[in-house]
Amino acid sequence: MSVINASIVRKIAKLACIAVTEEEVTAMVPELNAILGWGEQLAAINTDGVEPLTSVIAQSQRLREDEVTVPDIRDALLANAPEAEHGFFTVPKVIE
Amino acid sequence: MTRLTDLGVTDLRDGIAKGDFSAREVAENFINATNEAEKLNAFITLTPDHALKQAEEADKARASGQLKALSGVPLGIKDLFCTNGYRTTAASKIIGNFVPPYESTITEKLFAAGAGMIGKLNLDQFAMGSSNETSAFGNVISPWRQKNDDAALTPGGSSGGSAAAVAAKIIPAATGTDTGGSIRQPASFTGITGLKPTYGRCSRFGVIAFASSLDQAGPMARSVKDCAALLEVMAGFDPKDSTSADVMVPNWEKLLSSDIRGKKIGIPKEYRVDGMAPEIESLWQRGIQMMKEAGAEIVDVTLPHTRHALAAYYIIAPAEASSNLARYDGVRYGERQTPEGSNLADMYSATRAAGFGDEVKRRIMIGTYVLSAGFYDAYYIKAQKIRALIARDFEAAFDKCDLLLTPATPTAAFALGQKQDDPIAMYLNDVFTVPASLAGLPAMTVPVGLNDQGLPLGLQLIGKPLDEQSVLNAGLALEERAGFTSQPEKWW
Repeated sequence: MSVINASIVRKIAKLACIAVTEEEVTAMVPELNAILGWGEQLAAINTDGVEPLTSVIAQSQRLREDEVTVPDIRDALLANAPEAEHGFFTVPKVIE
Repeated sequence: MTRLTDLGVTDLRDGIAKGDFSAREVAENFINATNEAEKLNAFITLTPDHALKQAEEADKARASGQLKALSGVPLGIKDLFCTNGYRTTAASKIIGNFVPPYESTITEKLFAAGAGMIGKLNLDQFAMGSSNETSAFGNVISPWRQKNDDAALTPGGSSGGSAAAVAAKIIPAATGTDTGGSIRQPASFTGITGLKPTYGRCSRFGVIAFASSLDQAGPMARSVKDCAALLEVMAGFDPKDSTSADVMVPNWEKLLSSDIRGKKIGIPKEYRVDGMAPEIESLWQRGIQMMKEAGAEIVDVTLPHTRHALAAYYIIAPAEASSNLARYDGVRYGERQTPEGSNLADMYSATRAAGFGDEVKRRIMIGTYVLSAGFYDAYYIKAQKIRALIARDFEAAFDKCDLLLTPATPTAAFALGQKQDDPIAMYLNDVFTVPASLAGLPAMTVPVGLNDQGLPLGLQLIGKPLDEQSVLNAGLALEERAGFTSQPEKWW
């Protein structure tokens, strides 16, 4: 287990793709420490031989015919995009 | 004559069928009531046109003898359910203008059964919160107030708008969603009835995801019977949801019976937590007495891992949230931020920084951390192992009993702002509701009484997987004996 410092907060923010100001970093250090410190109580519990529970119901992958089942709503979907052109989502230039 | 807004789901349905009143009158009365209740801030978007159109259909259906299960019943829809052509925000800025081109399975079923929509209800942002204070559209104000005190109280969260609106009788019932208690805690805070069904009962398709292994939708209404009637329409297998349970939907309302003689009700001793208000303890004792009077047998049971449930939950839920909320990147929907000279990665980061509220960011950060290399086993896998132990506890308890009776919340509703600066104090609200969520069990809260300050308190019934019927039946027995008829005095 570890103690969260400002540089770890900056790293997590980068992984999470959230821009943070130095003020936000400072505020988050004690908050994240408190929450994660609370989670550390779990380390003391014996879980030897216990399988992690990922789903509360019996999961079996259902298969279906490989057919189109939804109507073409391309234009309706693009209507929600901040920017779209020629039937595509558009983003800032990624290749110089 | 009773006001139409005093009637709940089944009374409205039956009254329309008998011709006591028209669906149009019903819709108009509730639309007026919502218009007058702006101060509660229970709605993000009002949709009177939808309610009126469905009412018109209901009146036509009545004339031609083709009424459906919920013809003419207007509902409030939590703004986490995608509604085709109607803005769906998750109470966030990042998708504050999102208009889905598709319908969630639950609203599709409700509307196909004849229900109308009065509006989209306010909630904690992305359903992350226990007080409805994380909404980008402002706090919901509970219709309840303490005696001789005008301080604004929380309706609870995350389904705070749903709870406030049902309690204020400006809608007959609402949809809610529950990840760690978001139906049950607000229902309890506002003196209404809320049911979180077994995980998999209600389709998650089109419900904006928070923590997918925990999220379940359910009804919030004024009575157990109304919850049963609504759940019958909401539940059912859906091929569009990979975790949907492919099981029959019982006729819960028809089979509803408060005869619980011979049922074994378990009382888990670990739910007597440190710092629990004395009024909650005495409420619990009253509930136990009511179950005995109804002919149930009370048995003591143990759920030894209960006290670790919250910590496990607040690792698992943020982990899943950090993954689910990765989709909000300013590309396909939502408000994009493009700082001068920014590249694609800068656009993502700036969009997410501007679009998410503090609590959402906090949970994404926690989730990202516990899933990151080096910490995954210590936090996330460990929490999932604890989750397994909690589920086993319930299985063992259900060898000895049919149902569990517990408090719903550790306190009555608190003042807005009181716990906002302390995330852990806020998280402790969910102490009684989170364990059943982790185990995927059906659980319901029923209002049982008022505290000394005149605020409602509820109790929770937890059942075996897919045994909503027993939960509803015991809930009815509790409801009949508690005779909770209090309602907030109108100040709005």
